[in-house]
Amino acid sequence: MIPEPKQAASMAEIKNAVIEAEKLGLTFHTNDGPVQALANVNLSIGKGEFVSFIGPSGCGKTTLLRVIADLEKPTSGKILVNGMSAEQARARRAYGYVFQAAALLPWRTIASNVALPLEIMGVSRAEQAARIKRTLDLVNLSGFEKKYPWQLSGGMQQRASIARALAFDADLLLMDEPFGALDEIVRDHLNEQLLELWGRTEKTICFVTHSIPEAVYLSTRIVVMSPRPGRVTDIIESTLPKERPLDIRETPEFLAIAARVRDGLRAGHSYED
Amino acid sequence: MMRGFVWQIALTLVLVLVGAALEVGAAQGTADVWPALGVVAVAALLAAAVATRPLTEAVVLFAGAHLGAWLLLSGITGHEGQAGASFYLALAGAWLLAWRCVTVLSAFKPTSRQAAAVLGLVIPVIFGAWILIIWEAIVRGAGIPFLLLPPPSAIAVRISASAAILAADVNQTIFKAVVAGYAIGCCTGFAAAIAADRFVFLRRGLLPIGNMAAALPIIGVAPIMVMWFGFDWQSKAAVVVIMTFFPMLVNTVVGLTASSHMERDLMRTYASGYWQTLFKLRLPAAMPFIFNALKINSTLALIGAIVAEFFGTPVVGMGFRISTEVGRMNIDMVWAEIAVAAVAGSVFYGAVALIERAVTFWHPSIRGG
Repeated sequence: MIPEPKQAASMAEIKNAVIEAEKLGLTFHTNDGPVQALANVNLSIGKGEFVSFIGPSGCGKTTLLRVIADLEKPTSGKILVNGMSAEQARARRAYGYVFQAAALLPWRTIASNVALPLEIMGVSRAEQAARIKRTLDLVNLSGFEKKYPWQLSGGMQQRASIARALAFDADLLLMDEPFGALDEIVRDHLNEQLLELWGRTEKTICFVTHSIPEAVYLSTRIVVMSPRPGRVTDIIESTLPKERPLDIRETPEFLAIAARVRDGLRAGHSYED
Repeated sequence: MMRGFVWQIALTLVLVLVGAALEVGAAQGTADVWPALGVVAVAALLAAAVATRPLTEAVVLFAGAHLGAWLLLSGITGHEGQAGASFYLALAGAWLLAWRCVTVLSAFKPTSRQAAAVLGLVIPVIFGAWILIIWEAIVRGAGIPFLLLPPPSAIAVRISASAAILAADVNQTIFKAVVAGYAIGCCTGFAAAIAADRFVFLRRGLLPIGNMAAALPIIGVAPIMVMWFGFDWQSKAAVVVIMTFFPMLVNTVVGLTASSHMERDLMRTYASGYWQTLFKLRLPAAMPFIFNALKINSTLALIGAIVAEFFGTPVVGMGFRISTEVGRMNIDMVWAEIAVAAVAGSVFYGAVALIERAVTFWHPSIRGG
């Protein structure tokens, strides 16, 4: 039997939910038999929240994000994005997705990479130019429009991919360990910029990570997950203020939340081994 | 700047000394190799003296090597087949000087773009020239029968004497059969690959049959194409189509899978349709593979058209000329056609490769990173 997540039920009554998951389950059928990637996930995410999914690798956090994005189909339960099915939401371009790698097309310049979703969505040329300028400003990449991705550093590439996800102004941003491949210094810098960007744009952000400080620093809510089968073991409301300088990470409040996340991660493992 | 021992120069001097010793004891009346031996020796010593200035050294080596070779070749005129050991020693000495010259030139790091372009041209030209010089010298020095292997000079004379015939042959074989067949074969191969990608039943059904088309023996197909499409260039173009279709099909099919999962997921998040994903992601990502096919096909097409002309053709065309001139023992004409075909094939390949560099500038193999 899968134990009920402790706090999941209390979160269900959020109004204007952007994402609602109910008894969500997903089983992959592999050559080695079925693998339960997600089991009984109940979750509700409201507008303007910054929610982090944290857990060890294999806990299904990326799978959950992919289900929200309609890149995987759940095998049981229900998922609603903006009140409609994930597939309809994808068809209406409800979200921007930032992958683990920048995945910029090497034959396109930075500006033209940011324009890619706009071209597909049939945005006019003039509007494209305006949005490229605005989103590249937003991620501090002005002046690099004519560069090719391979001429930029990893951090700049990832910022360009965030600009691309922002370009078509979806209210929801799904980010799958976007800074996982970057070094600590660049990562701190991008975390700070991401918070600032979130504050300015009031988007809803779902953020997958395996870094406790990153999750605590960024989020208004932290969803702790554990593997085999992937499930939610704890949901932690952050008490940190919206304004968060980097040194907030040394405050007792921050450390207390981090400790609770760590406890949650440990609890998820305790009855595994 | 101190410089180490240069083995090419040292070996050249040894060869020249041995050559001179042999020549002193040699019978009179054969080819005179003294001037060549002298020039090579002087050039080697001079090069060693000016070694601190690489450009001067390269010029001295270049002049010495080629003047020596020219003296050898003019000295052998009238004495074909009578070259002694000293002739070959002098030739080897001159060749070593040219080797050293290319080594010095290759070590240059030109600062301007023009200098780099000139250097990029000069080095392979010297290299290629020495293949011809050695060929010429050995064929004439050893007196190899004309039928077996004519010297390059005779082939060059034949090319300039028969320029009009060669031009007509090139026009018939390359500008009609190869160009038409290449264009049709590559385009249909590409279209078939897109169709196979779009429809599963074609992928399952067409690819194995395409495979069979590639295995068709050209010798068997060519006469049938002549029966179907007549004696003129159309039947040769048909053979070229059959030869070029499959490489394009297979490479494009593989190329269409070259984009990563993440990139395809990205297009899915934009709710991008099949054709949008094809044109914006999968085809650009497939370009290195498609250009591979275009390059392979550029040489295949030429071979196909020339061989196909062996099986019935009007009295013009490169393959026709080769097959008839062999029968008439005009081996220099056969070599002239071979030379023209080699040059045409290289130019064709080079043109495709240049376009490739422009189109796939982003690929790590081209941007160099």
